[in-house]
Amino acid sequence: MQIEVNNRMIEARPGEMLLTALRRAHVNVPTLCNLEHLTPTGACRLCVVEVEGQRNLVPSCAFPVQEGMKVRTHSPRAVGARKTIVELLLANHPDDCLYCVRNNNCTLQSLAAELGVRERRFRAERSNTYHADTSSASIVRDPSKCILCGKCVRVCEEVQGVAAIDFIHRGSRTHVGTAFDQGLNVSSCINCGQCIMVCPTSALREQSAIKEVLDALRNPDRFVVVQHAPAVSVTLAEEFGLRPGADVDGCLTAALRRLGFRRVFDTSFSADLTIMEEASELVRRLRTGGRLPMLTSCSPGWIKYVEEFHPDFVPNLSTCKSPQQMLGALIKSFFAQREGLDPAKIYSVAIMPCTAKKFEAGRPELGRDGRPDVDAVLTTRELARIFRLRGIDPTRVVPESADHPFGERTTAGKLFGATGGVMEAALRTAHHLLTGRELEELKVKPVRGLEGVKEARVRINGVELGVAVASGLANAGRLLGEVRAGRADLQFIEVMTCPGGCIAGGGQPLGADRDAVRARMRALYQIDRDEPVRVSHRNEAVRRLYDEFLDEPLSEASHRLLHTHYHAREVIR
Amino acid sequence: MSPESVGCACATETLQADAVLDRFPEARREHLIPILQAVQDEFGYLSQANMLAIGRRLNLPVSKVYGVATFYNQFRFQPRGRVHCQVCRGTACHVKGSATVLEAIRQALKIDPGQTSRDGQFSLEVVACIGACGLAPVVTMNGEFHASVTPDSVRKLVQQYAKDTQNGNGK
Ligand code: SF4
Ligand code: SF4
Ligand code: SF4
Ligand code: FES
Repeated sequence: MQIEVNNRMIEARPGEMLLTALRRAHVNVPTLCNLEHLTPTGACRLCVVEVEGQRNLVPSCAFPVQEGMKVRTHSPRAVGARKTIVELLLANHPDDCLYCVRNNNCTLQSLAAELGVRERRFRAERSNTYHADTSSASIVRDPSKCILCGKCVRVCEEVQGVAAIDFIHRGSRTHVGTAFDQGLNVSSCINCGQCIMVCPTSALREQSAIKEVLDALRNPDRFVVVQHAPAVSVTLAEEFGLRPGADVDGCLTAALRRLGFRRVFDTSFSADLTIMEEASELVRRLRTGGRLPMLTSCSPGWIKYVEEFHPDFVPNLSTCKSPQQMLGALIKSFFAQREGLDPAKIYSVAIMPCTAKKFEAGRPELGRDGRPDVDAVLTTRELARIFRLRGIDPTRVVPESADHPFGERTTAGKLFGATGGVMEAALRTAHHLLTGRELEELKVKPVRGLEGVKEARVRINGVELGVAVASGLANAGRLLGEVRAGRADLQFIEVMTCPGGCIAGGGQPLGADRDAVRARMRALYQIDRDEPVRVSHRNEAVRRLYDEFLDEPLSEASHRLLHTHYHAREVIR
Repeated sequence: MSPESVGCACATETLQADAVLDRFPEARREHLIPILQAVQDEFGYLSQANMLAIGRRLNLPVSKVYGVATFYNQFRFQPRGRVHCQVCRGTACHVKGSATVLEAIRQALKIDPGQTSRDGQFSLEVVACIGACGLAPVVTMNGEFHASVTPDSVRKLVQQYAKDTQNGNGK
């Protein structure tokens, strides 16, 4: 059907909200509380428009389209109302944009600019005296910057099924906080950073490791090495003005060298290694009657979620460390030995799409000799900040390749960056392990795409394997509920904490919608289509590592370095 | 931190809370507020352990339980003091100057409404009309009414109760 908007006819679909139709027609109405794919709350009222026949302005995000309706999105009344809303939000906002991590990348700031706010019209009677909560290894919460849009609360509960935070108190004392207003570190927060991704201000941000890394790079006694995760090369360029989905893998490696890292390694290498171990573990569990379904273990938010919410499934978790931690362990053992370096002198940095990786790097069970295997984790966003600080545009350097012995990867390792990628890579290698032959069709279509839960049945040697892939922990939680209730047709489940996988991780460039995430995903699939080596068991560097050091998958050395065990965890929840 | 070590409630208290919760068979989210009220009636306040127990029973994240509880003025999060002081802020009392009375008590006790003094001596609560408008402004100390109070008279009252409880004959 058609509706009239600003004297122009636009297409609308029956039942949809007005805002959806406006967006499709590229009519730009600002929003603060609206979340793609979640039910509108109509809380912020920033999206108000005039609808003929309605006495009051209506919130377009929560107002269904009607045949023949006439809408004015930018009438003086609508614009005036929006401006007043923003002015009220600013009434007790600390205007320290110049010193703020979201300067130039802040919805509140750009709204104030777009609406022409030039003076402080309102002043709150109660001063804003909140302190930032810096207790978490991953997330900083600063209620003084919060405008109470509620998006973080809803994402945490509805998308992640965690509900670590909620509105507490009322009236002028209302703020977002944890149960009993305690630190995020003792709450059920799983460090995913999805709340950061939806926050319009700097009220939620990552715990930054920029200073530590720059200090290490300046320290002549430190041998500073870096690894970068599969999903980083297809998102970093967005921070430098390129369209979503541009892959800058080689440029990223070259730019990291310019920062002074002595070695640049590719986490996709250890993703291939993870597949060797994990596929072997799956085969062993299948053959020896081990605990099934096996659950993937590379997403640290998911691990903490299982420990807290589903401890009965801890034995189902693969014992494989994540690719970050496998590489971290190898850098301070195999690599240190090979280069004759004292592991204590190595400073190991990981560039990750993820805030939970910061927490993971600090887990006591993942270090050795009282030292962490990974010393610092930077998100994609933090890395972009460092590049800007150093005047480097990583999209405009001549590509280079990553360093031996952890520089080679297959496209299977690269696929880890998207939901379903670990499953696809693992199935390719498990099939080879079980049959000695490659899968006929390497592309496992049912596990591709952005759906929250995907399932497939794969025949290997006449045996049918049931597999499922979930991203977004509310989806994963529902799937575990089915298994707990007796569902027995699944042998292997991949879970990524963030909806869509690491390409939509909590450390990625802000402001990406589902289309942008889809473009990032296509970039990974294109790499898989274009390159010749597409199975982890054909990664030559991984083979050499087994020959020279680890022996074979699940060997004693592998167990010491590449595997771990998790335990039930008590938190306030 | 384990739920058991949170707050000051001991295991027996959780057992008692379970007994209160048993009065609400098949309780669901909608019953949260009546349950919070019942638990507060039993213990005089909502301890962290009890809120955790309520969350578990209703299958509700404790952040939600806490969020709802802090939304309403009626709930306390600290145990009552040996002397529990209520200040009426109903319309009649307001007209007769209960705001200055409340301010005087806050200063005398050095606590805000909803709080308990560190030594456990006093707790303060603001209540909506307690139906004694003829006596406005009115405060109660451990349930005893004191009528037509002034900032001066409540300061004396506080001193009196402090002395009495110290002598071991507080009510
Ligand atoms: S959150 Fe936005 S508006 Fe607030 S200080 Fe930071 S940049 Fe400025
Ligand atoms: S990081 Fe994730 S789990 Fe923690 S508060 Fe944010 S959304 Fe919730
Ligand atoms: S912290 Fe951010 S996302 Fe959460 S309510 Fe405040 S402004 Fe909104
Ligand atoms: S976006 Fe519509 S009310 Fe907030």
